[in-house]
Amino acid sequence: MAKMNMLHAINSALDITMNEHPQACIFGEDVGYFGGVFRATSGLQEKYGKHRVFNTPLTEQGILGFANGLAAFGAPALAEIQFADYIFPAFDQIVNESAKFRYRSGNEFNVGNLTIRTPYGGGIAGGLYHSQSPEAYFAHTPGLKLVVPRNPYQAKGLLRACIKDDNPVIFFEPKRLYRASVGEVPEEDYTIEIGKAEVVKTGSDVTLLAWGAQMEIIEQAAAKAEEAGISCEVIDLRSILPWDVDTVAKSVVKTGRLIVSHEAPITNGFGAEIAATIQQECFLHLESPIARVCGLDTPYPLALEKEYVPDALKVFAAIKKSVEF
Amino acid sequence: MTNPNNISLNISHALKFIDSHALDIPMLTILGDNGEVLDGAQAPDIDKETAQRLYETMRFIRLLDERMQAAQRQGRVSFYMQCLGEEAAITASAAALKQDDMIMAQYREQAAIAYRGFTLEQFMNQLFSNEKDLGKGRQMPVHYGSKELHYLTISSPLGTQIPQATGYAYGQKLKHIDKETGKLDSEIDNVTICYFGEGAASEGDFHAGLNMAAVHEAPVIFFARNNGYAISTPADEQFKGDGIASRGVGYGIKTIRVDGADALAVFAATQAARKIAVENGEPVLIESIAYRLGAHSTSDDPSGYRSKEEEAAFKANCPIERFRKWLLKQGWLDEKEDEAAKDKIREDILAAVKVAEKVQKPALEELVSDVYDTPIPALQKQYEELKEHIKQHPDAYPVTAGRIK
Repeated sequence: MAKMNMLHAINSALDITMNEHPQACIFGEDVGYFGGVFRATSGLQEKYGKHRVFNTPLTEQGILGFANGLAAFGAPALAEIQFADYIFPAFDQIVNESAKFRYRSGNEFNVGNLTIRTPYGGGIAGGLYHSQSPEAYFAHTPGLKLVVPRNPYQAKGLLRACIKDDNPVIFFEPKRLYRASVGEVPEEDYTIEIGKAEVVKTGSDVTLLAWGAQMEIIEQAAAKAEEAGISCEVIDLRSILPWDVDTVAKSVVKTGRLIVSHEAPITNGFGAEIAATIQQECFLHLESPIARVCGLDTPYPLALEKEYVPDALKVFAAIKKSVEF
Repeated sequence: MTNPNNISLNISHALKFIDSHALDIPMLTILGDNGEVLDGAQAPDIDKETAQRLYETMRFIRLLDERMQAAQRQGRVSFYMQCLGEEAAITASAAALKQDDMIMAQYREQAAIAYRGFTLEQFMNQLFSNEKDLGKGRQMPVHYGSKELHYLTISSPLGTQIPQATGYAYGQKLKHIDKETGKLDSEIDNVTICYFGEGAASEGDFHAGLNMAAVHEAPVIFFARNNGYAISTPADEQFKGDGIASRGVGYGIKTIRVDGADALAVFAATQAARKIAVENGEPVLIESIAYRLGAHSTSDDPSGYRSKEEEAAFKANCPIERFRKWLLKQGWLDEKEDEAAKDKIREDILAAVKVAEKVQKPALEELVSDVYDTPIPALQKQYEELKEHIKQHPDAYPVTAGRIK
């Protein structure tokens, strides 16, 4: 084990992959010698050469189009989109191409070798175009998998699982935690199963559910609630598509209450899907309405970020409302 | 002096703008209207067997297109697209490649997959989306694909295959790069050809794909079919400047313009392009100048946007006829046998239609397979619920009800 921050953990997962497969390629804007704007790919070009770790022209649709072709050829394609806010020029290549390659060809061709890494989320004073959480757009697309880690250990194990998975996966990295989150991470290879949520803390009164950087927030809220005598079960969803209905439902059957929190705007956010499914699965066990503590239906702001974000205090308020319903 | 802007540093004191047609790009033509090799032109290195297969493929596609266009009018298939007028461009380019080079086409390139050996039965299974279709009945007619024939399954979104071809070709090259020196350590054994129309060249994917291929030196042959129309929009409403070829030059890609109705010119250009791609490990652009004689698709009616006179002028320049005359001059074709073969093909097509339309539709399971490598839990659950529903209402779902276990 070694102390690593999330960037080191991601770098380690990429390094293992590059060693493992002689045709694996890492590419994106500035990922070459510079190591990416966050330095997630530092040192890899020196190690694996310019033909396998390279800068691309500034074209997100080009990066994903190229990635689809390379993955269809059979090489592990590790594409980086510099900020999740800039994934939209590649939307067509991801939603119409990556996601449908296998289905439309009757499995004659597939892009299972594709992994897209992209930093998402707020909390870095990044304003409208460096703070978005676009997971819900992709969660509406059959054929993709979506994964979000909450700390360095999760990041390495989940990223390795995404790379090994035989389907195209988008790996959303909580950029606020890149350096802020530090923990023990094995230097050797390991994977964490995609599609399984993790019960991070057990409790009996209310289930709190989030993913990525929002886990820190609901854990803080849970601590406040404990002080007020409310026992919270805290779950990290980890995979948004596919998502672990069973683990969440089992918890809600036990606690009778559910609060989902995410940074993205509330309307049609992934919390809506969770609320709809859990009310169907757990209707007779619910003690109060499923609550969502999310971003407002505005673009992500700059100056009033503190007011906008679904912080621990807002989650705590929702917990009290839920148990007092 | 370093050159961080990556330009030719040619300093001038004259205020002069460059005209968009300044390149004066020529069009390679080898065959004359009567099948003769034109003065000053040289026929490419093409053997008898290849030439005959090329001709037979063009003739087959012409007959298939005619028959299936009619089948659509009769309501037997929902949709069809012909490659009328562009048979030589597509077939001759495919013929100049190796059988296992990758083909990434747009949708009008059925002659390329036919040349590779896609059977009449396979065409029909796709067109009738029956359970024998390699694509499992999921896409509209003419969306062919075959892993065995190295022909990527067609997708409807326009231009998306262009950057994909760059990525695929990059993979083909990567196998031959020396890890230490970064140079090619052996000749590249396969290239990718990417077909698209001049309309698709307006998509962002075109820019992305060509730019990345040039910068990263991918052995891809971009084959632009400049056929005059993007559905109803004529080329002069699609782009300014000198065709698509001038753009290739702008991206730093070796480029040639060919007469797309001239099978020998297309063959020669593609053969040479392939040589450049494998030897240098770099992309090439071919702009084929032909005319889309047919409608865009069976949902289109060109009489609304172009004149009979215009069509007639191009009809006179039949690419198949031009090549047929050359074959006759070579003594590589027997006219009587050719006529008899045509009748036989027509009969075979009719028979194949009758067989394919009776083959049952794909099983219900194919509705949920291949979304992922294995169905995810939510999808599995939806499938079980659907199966139960169909079992309870078999009369409402006659295609699948009787086959559910």
